[in-house]
Amino acid sequence: MRRLFLISVPYVWLLALFLVPFLIVLKIALSDTALAIPPYIPTLDLSDGWEGIKAFFAELDFENFVFLTEDSLYWKSYLSSLQIAAISTLLTLLVGYPVAYGMAMAPDEWRPTLMMLVILPFWTSFLIRVYSWMGILSQEGFLNQFLLWTGLISEPLMILNTKTAVYIGIVYTYLPFMILPIYAALEKLDGSLLEAAEDLGCSRLKAFWLVTIPLSKSGIIAGSFLVFIPALGEFVIPSLLGGSGTLMIGKVLWEEFFSNRDWPVASAVAVVLLLLLIIPIILFQRNEQKEREKDQ
Amino acid sequence: MAQTVFAPWNDPQAKPLIQFKNVTKRFGDFTAIDNLSQDIYEREFFALLGPSGCGKTTMMRMLAGFENPTEGQILIAGQDMAGVPPNERAVNMMFQSYALFPHLTVWDNIAFGLKRMNMPKDQLNARVEDMLRLTRLTKFAKRKPHQISGGQRQRVALARSLARAPKLLLLDEPLGALDKKLREETQFELMDIQEKTGTTFVIVTHDQEEAMTVASRVAVMDEGRIMQVATPANIYEEPNSVYVADFIGDVNIIQGKAHKTSADGYDIAWAEGHEPFHAKTSIQLDEGQNAFIAIRPEKISVSPDKPEGAVNAIKGQIVDIAYLGNVSTYHVRIPGGLVIKAQAANTRRLSRRAFTWEDEVWLSWTLTGGSVLSE
Repeated sequence: MRRLFLISVPYVWLLALFLVPFLIVLKIALSDTALAIPPYIPTLDLSDGWEGIKAFFAELDFENFVFLTEDSLYWKSYLSSLQIAAISTLLTLLVGYPVAYGMAMAPDEWRPTLMMLVILPFWTSFLIRVYSWMGILSQEGFLNQFLLWTGLISEPLMILNTKTAVYIGIVYTYLPFMILPIYAALEKLDGSLLEAAEDLGCSRLKAFWLVTIPLSKSGIIAGSFLVFIPALGEFVIPSLLGGSGTLMIGKVLWEEFFSNRDWPVASAVAVVLLLLLIIPIILFQRNEQKEREKDQ
Repeated sequence: MAQTVFAPWNDPQAKPLIQFKNVTKRFGDFTAIDNLSQDIYEREFFALLGPSGCGKTTMMRMLAGFENPTEGQILIAGQDMAGVPPNERAVNMMFQSYALFPHLTVWDNIAFGLKRMNMPKDQLNARVEDMLRLTRLTKFAKRKPHQISGGQRQRVALARSLARAPKLLLLDEPLGALDKKLREETQFELMDIQEKTGTTFVIVTHDQEEAMTVASRVAVMDEGRIMQVATPANIYEEPNSVYVADFIGDVNIIQGKAHKTSADGYDIAWAEGHEPFHAKTSIQLDEGQNAFIAIRPEKISVSPDKPEGAVNAIKGQIVDIAYLGNVSTYHVRIPGGLVIKAQAANTRRLSRRAFTWEDEVWLSWTLTGGSVLSE
């Protein structure tokens, strides 16, 4: 009995906070838009009994999903989101790995401080941090002023409202999610393995490539998923830093919902996005599972 | 058929493989190795023995190239090793933790060093198979390190370090993680492999039994200096100092004043009113100089009555008996309060043992039973 109760807790949690909301969104995606409150029909009316429920289900259809395939805006946004998420994940890895490596190689007494520095940005509101990037990247911003002052450029660079600004924003925001798992993997690395590799004829660089990288693979995979999954549905960064030229599905979703007030299409976009996200999430969990099995 | 004794260190013509020349190593203020000079010869099984922090691991790491001497020179096969990185030395090391690559199979672990040599593929395969056979690991080639036992891991580490056929193999406490029985088996295996491959082995250990079993010569170290280098038998029977005598095995140290009685005979007056102990030694002592007699417990006989014609004999009372199965160690208090340990083989069953607690017994030993030491 007690076991049953314990097992039921996570399932009830999932049911209440994931499955039920998902079903509501799915239902809206299958509905038609209407000038009403809420802005879609049909709504479930239980006063008519069985007939009412039958009529309700008869009115649901896949129209909105078909619509997503007809308008190129949507699949272009999905593709562009996948591309931006993939490139920013790669960039985050390129920036995060050396940071994590430096942290893991630092003397023991430094590590808590370095860890603190990585986590510190979370103490400020995410929105404020993104807004401050606008101040840095805009044409009159600090970066351009600095570059003009050093004489590297004569004309201010157009960075804000481009994809570059989105990449900078995503890399900056998600960097700790990349650093921490890689750091955790590197910290466990036994230094004598590198000595053994050198002893067996590797140069330092070769030893890094043949020992350090493979042994931090789990951290790299975990970090990449932790960046890729939220970056794919990211809305705030592209809309604040990316300008109108950057297509991302999160932004499209927001516009459908709040500007067009087309809840059914917005929900359909959300359902497809969720299906897209489930693939990397399953892969991520498989990786975690494999790690756990290895530790046993 | 008589075998020729392997003792290149006594041959003035022999060229040492390794030469430490006035090597000093400091870490900050701490001197790990203090002006040390030592030769090690080809095909030797050389043991560095000492308590932790005595510098034995530092010596090994300098040979491997992970540390550079602060002063002095290390020569391997006549070549000065200063500035030569670990990957360019014909030296391989077996790590204390084994340091097996957890992401590679046993086969790939052994092949790791060979792949760095750009060996042709068929030759590489043959070499790995040879190593697997030598260490009896053929069955486990496909397993990962975490899927095999500690003893097997130890053999993988050995195979991996031998695969490149190094001139010199360094073993850092290679058997530390094994239980006693497996350790003893593996010691003989190591000696076998060393003989088969003809590689020079330098082993670091704090276990004196291990050093005595495997090594052709043992160096006893303390505080960055080598106290004595000799064959295991010589180290045990003829220690050159109280430190070495005390470090290797069990020993009774009796302090006293020397008095010369003949060309190589001394009396050591150890307590007022007692007859001095007599001993023969080749070392020269001044009259009245402080001296020590070091006597191994098994060199002392225990008897109920005063033995006839014993050179050194003294009466005492048994205060403790340590029964070790094959032998028993008797702790006997002699006049003056000194407790002497004497060992006797248990040739009879326990129930018929001759002595028990509180018994008065006589301890005796011969002229050469103890070694006379001046320091």
